[in-house]
Amino acid sequence: MSQIETFYEVMRSQGITRRSFMKYCSLTAAALGLGPAFVPRIAHAMETKPRTPVIWVHGLECTCCSESFIRSAHPLAKDVVLSMISLDYDDTLMAAAGHQAEAALQDTIERYKGNYILAVEGNPPLNEDGMFCIVGGKPFVEQLRHAAKDAKAIISWGACASYGCVQAAKPNPTRATPVHKVITDKPIIKVPGCPPIAEVMTGVITYMLTFDRLPELDRQGRPAMFYSQRIHDKCYRRPHFDAGQFVEAWDDENARKGYCLYKMGCKGPTTYNACSTVRWNEGVSFPIQSGHGCIGCSEDGFWDQGSFYDRVTDLTQFGVEANADQVGVAAAGVVGGGIALHAAVSALKSAQKKTQSSKEEA
Amino acid sequence: MPEDTIHRANVQVEPLVNAQLAGDATAADVESIRRRTSVFVYEWPVRLWHWVNAGLILVLIGSGWLIASPLPTMEFAEATYQFVMGYTRFAHFAAGQLLTVAFAARIYWAIVGNHHAKQLFYVPVWRRAWWREVVHEMRWYAFLEDTPRKYVGHNPLAQIAMFFFMTVGITFMIATGWALYAEGAGQGSWPDLAMGWLIALVGNTQVLHSIHHLGMWFIVIFMMIHIYAAIREDIMSRQSMVSTMISGTRTFKDDLPE
Repeated sequence: MSQIETFYEVMRSQGITRRSFMKYCSLTAAALGLGPAFVPRIAHAMETKPRTPVIWVHGLECTCCSESFIRSAHPLAKDVVLSMISLDYDDTLMAAAGHQAEAALQDTIERYKGNYILAVEGNPPLNEDGMFCIVGGKPFVEQLRHAAKDAKAIISWGACASYGCVQAAKPNPTRATPVHKVITDKPIIKVPGCPPIAEVMTGVITYMLTFDRLPELDRQGRPAMFYSQRIHDKCYRRPHFDAGQFVEAWDDENARKGYCLYKMGCKGPTTYNACSTVRWNEGVSFPIQSGHGCIGCSEDGFWDQGSFYDRVTDLTQFGVEANADQVGVAAAGVVGGGIALHAAVSALKSAQKKTQSSKEEA
Repeated sequence: MPEDTIHRANVQVEPLVNAQLAGDATAADVESIRRRTSVFVYEWPVRLWHWVNAGLILVLIGSGWLIASPLPTMEFAEATYQFVMGYTRFAHFAAGQLLTVAFAARIYWAIVGNHHAKQLFYVPVWRRAWWREVVHEMRWYAFLEDTPRKYVGHNPLAQIAMFFFMTVGITFMIATGWALYAEGAGQGSWPDLAMGWLIALVGNTQVLHSIHHLGMWFIVIFMMIHIYAAIREDIMSRQSMVSTMISGTRTFKDDLPE
């Protein structure tokens, strides 16, 4: 087998200058929250380490993660990030198809046993023996289990792989199941979002290649450097929230002034992601900056939290769609009515008793 | 004087002869005084906690409501100098922290205080007599009993309500409240170290917001029942209710043995 090229060799062969390469290293260090001392370390790793083989499989998903990934605004992403990893199997992006593609998958698994990273986009449906998602003539769940068996680590791309996303929304007819509930014996890093931010995706991969380990994860298994704070914590409209200045209706004067979208159901206060700092499309904007609330797409079960436009969300657990206040008012109304009735009967009873005892005395 | 009394001693004593002369006591009043008994039930920390807790709950309901459904937008200053939502949240967080401290102090007093200070924290399901009292109390509230029983502490229905609405309910609100507070305090902060696991357990904190909000209604319903029952019992039962939580003394309106 031929020697796998290093990242640096790939970059140079793609016409990237040394100068651009060093820029890439410092920008990556900055994106990962590392000090300047780490720039030479990243450069050194890029120059000497062979590219890590990556198998990228697709289950039930919409390919928005791939779409986001290939749009990484990072200077060299479109040429390099895809070359950086030795993307040995990705049925969406690879030239091969059909049997050739499946052969490439098998080949990678056997050649790099225990050394490749398995990137999963989408999730396996488990109902009907997984028949709702067929890859290469077999249920996707079988391909996932097969590829995961010898993987070094698994990256769960997007809300689908991390939490289930729309196909797992209630009532989840195909029993679409997030990766960590199917594969339980491998380190799994969740990179949720629908899709995740491109720079977050490339940042995570770069970190893993540079340091040969998973980045620090939070309690839910997400890289802490991108998911430890809420959109709300770093939102540029936060001062309007604290001031109590809100958009009251779409297109009102407050919307034009860029007030807080809290009352319009913005899920920024409950969503952990880097949108308000990294932003999207080469850092141009993010939903709130464009005047629409966050829909919480990187959160577990975000499809099941009622409307995107309600602050107090509807709860379906009570049989009818009603939010906490409607449920509470109904319950308090019933109890209040009961109390009024009970009080009335109590008054009548004691009046009756008094009449009786006065009769007895008489 | 009737024969069925627990006061056999000093029947010959004429109570309040002087008061009768000096005050406005009637003969009937004097006869009534003869039959009153009282017992000290609630020590001052229990009473103080009750009213502090009640006040804090009112603040928490008000400020919590305004956090979920904020006031209409106000523009009396630049956003920099205006802090309406900020103060609302401060009120909520400050009251929540005081509530937590007060509840911890109350638990401490349950350990070192008198017997009645402990009643809030358990339901004696293992006692047959207690179950009979539950049935009797339910019959009394369903108007199937003519006379209620006398209770020094909580009646058994009240004890059940206190346990589930207060002990369990407040614990639930404190736990979910601190988990939500941990979101703003940030990962690695001590609220996060204490309660952040709940965020991971629930997954999406929007769920945490919803159940914390439902918990508020749980407490509101308790307040309605609690205040109604306290006033009703004060009027219709055989002992004092409202004043007991002020003075600590339970006064019985008769001295009948049962």
